[in-house]
Amino acid sequence: MNPRSCVNIHKEWDIVGARQLGREMAKEIGFGTVDQARIATAVSELARNIYLYAENGQVCFEYIYTNSQKGILMIAVDTGPGIKDISSVMQDGYTTSGGLGAGLPGVKRLMDDFDIESTVGEGTKIKAIKWIR
Amino acid sequence: MDENLKELIINNSDSIVDNWMNEVGRIKAGNYTASISDELYENTNREFVNVIFTSIQNQGSSKVVEEFSEKIINLGWPLSYITDGLQIFRRVTIDFLLAQADQVDSNHFSNVLTSVDEWIEPLIRQLVNEYSGSWENILSLQRVALQELSAPLIPVMERITVMPLIGTIDTDRAKLIMENLLEGTIKHNSEVVLIDITGVPVVDTMVAHHIIQAAEAVRLIGSTCILVGIRPEIAQTIVNIGIDLSKFPTRSTLEKGFTKALEITEREVVDLHVKNQGIEDIMHSLKGE
Repeated sequence: MNPRSCVNIHKEWDIVGARQLGREMAKEIGFGTVDQARIATAVSELARNIYLYAENGQVCFEYIYTNSQKGILMIAVDTGPGIKDISSVMQDGYTTSGGLGAGLPGVKRLMDDFDIESTVGEGTKIKAIKWIR
Repeated sequence: MDENLKELIINNSDSIVDNWMNEVGRIKAGNYTASISDELYENTNREFVNVIFTSIQNQGSSKVVEEFSEKIINLGWPLSYITDGLQIFRRVTIDFLLAQADQVDSNHFSNVLTSVDEWIEPLIRQLVNEYSGSWENILSLQRVALQELSAPLIPVMERITVMPLIGTIDTDRAKLIMENLLEGTIKHNSEVVLIDITGVPVVDTMVAHHIIQAAEAVRLIGSTCILVGIRPEIAQTIVNIGIDLSKFPTRSTLEKGFTKALEITEREVVDLHVKNQGIEDIMHSLKGE
C-alpha cells in the first residue's frame, strides 16, 4: 500500500499547511510548475470548503501508479452537514457563502478525475486525481 | 516540623548541592543543552541551585527567580532544563531528608513530601509562567510585525499607487487589503492603483473573490485598479478554475502595469538624453539659417 499523508483542517491556517504538503508531494513525483499550481489551488479549494462548511476534516494525499501512468490522489473527508443537492454545487456560480461559486466545479476542471459522495448529516468525501502527462 | 526540615536542608545545603550538581551534570546530554560549554553549564547550575535555596529560605523570593529566568530565556536554554533541574532537586532533597531521619514512619514520610512540594511548586509555577510569558510576548510582537507588512500601499508617483502583496492571503488579511486600498487611494488622491500579486503563491476562488471585490470598490470611488504580476501558471489556473477577471485590466508585470497607468493618467516617460539631442538639433538648424 502506498503511504498516505494527511493534514487535519481546523483553522484557516491549516489550509496553507495542506496546500504546502500537496505542492511538495506533486513536485516530488515530477509534476511541472503549472500542474503544481493547479494541484495547490485544488487543495486550497477543498480545504477551504472543509474549513468554511464542515469546520472539521482532513485532506490526504497519496501517489497512485497504474501500468501506464502515475499521479497523485487527494482525498478530502469531513464530518460536516453534508451536501443535499450535489448537482447544484457542481454548477458554476452556485454559492451559499457569498463567494464566487467556482470552488467545486473549478476543482473538477483543475484535476483529471473527480468523485464526490455526500450524506446529509454525516459528511462529505471528495476524491480527485491528477495524472502526470 | 516544617521549619525543622527547612533548617536541616539549609544547614546541609553543601551536600545537597553536590548531589544535585552530579545528577544535573549527568542529564546534560539528553537535555538539549549538550552544545553548551561545560564551564558555562556548571556556573549556571550553581546559580540555579543558589536561586532555589534563596527562594526556599525567603519563602519564595520572586525577584531572584525573575532575574534568573530572564537570564536563562536570554541564553535561549530550553524550559526542560528548568523543570528537570527542579525535579532533580525535589528527588535529591527528599532522599537526603529521609536518610537523615532515625526512623521513617508514614507520618514523617508524608511530612517530608509535603514540605518539599511546598518549596518547589511556587518555583516551578513562576519559572514556567516567565517562560510562556516570554513566548506569548514574542508571538504577539510578530503578529503586529506581520500585520504591518501585510498590505502596504506605496505612492510611486502623483496619482499612481502600488500595493505589492507577498504571501498567503487569509480572511483577516483580505479585509486589511480592502481597507488600506480604499483609504490610501483617497488619501493619496490616486487615479490608478496597481495590485501586484507576484508573491502570492496560490490564487484560489477566495483570493480572487477578494481581489475582485477590492477592485470593484476602487472603481466605485472613481479610480482604476490594475492587477499585475500574474505568473503564467497562475494565469492558467485562473482560467481552468473559471474565474472571470475580464472586468478590470490585468498585466503580466509591474512594469507593464505602470506603463498602462501612465497611459491612463495621460503621461509618458521621456528619455532626457534623446530630448536634449532633439533640442540641439533644432539649435543647430536655427544657427545654420
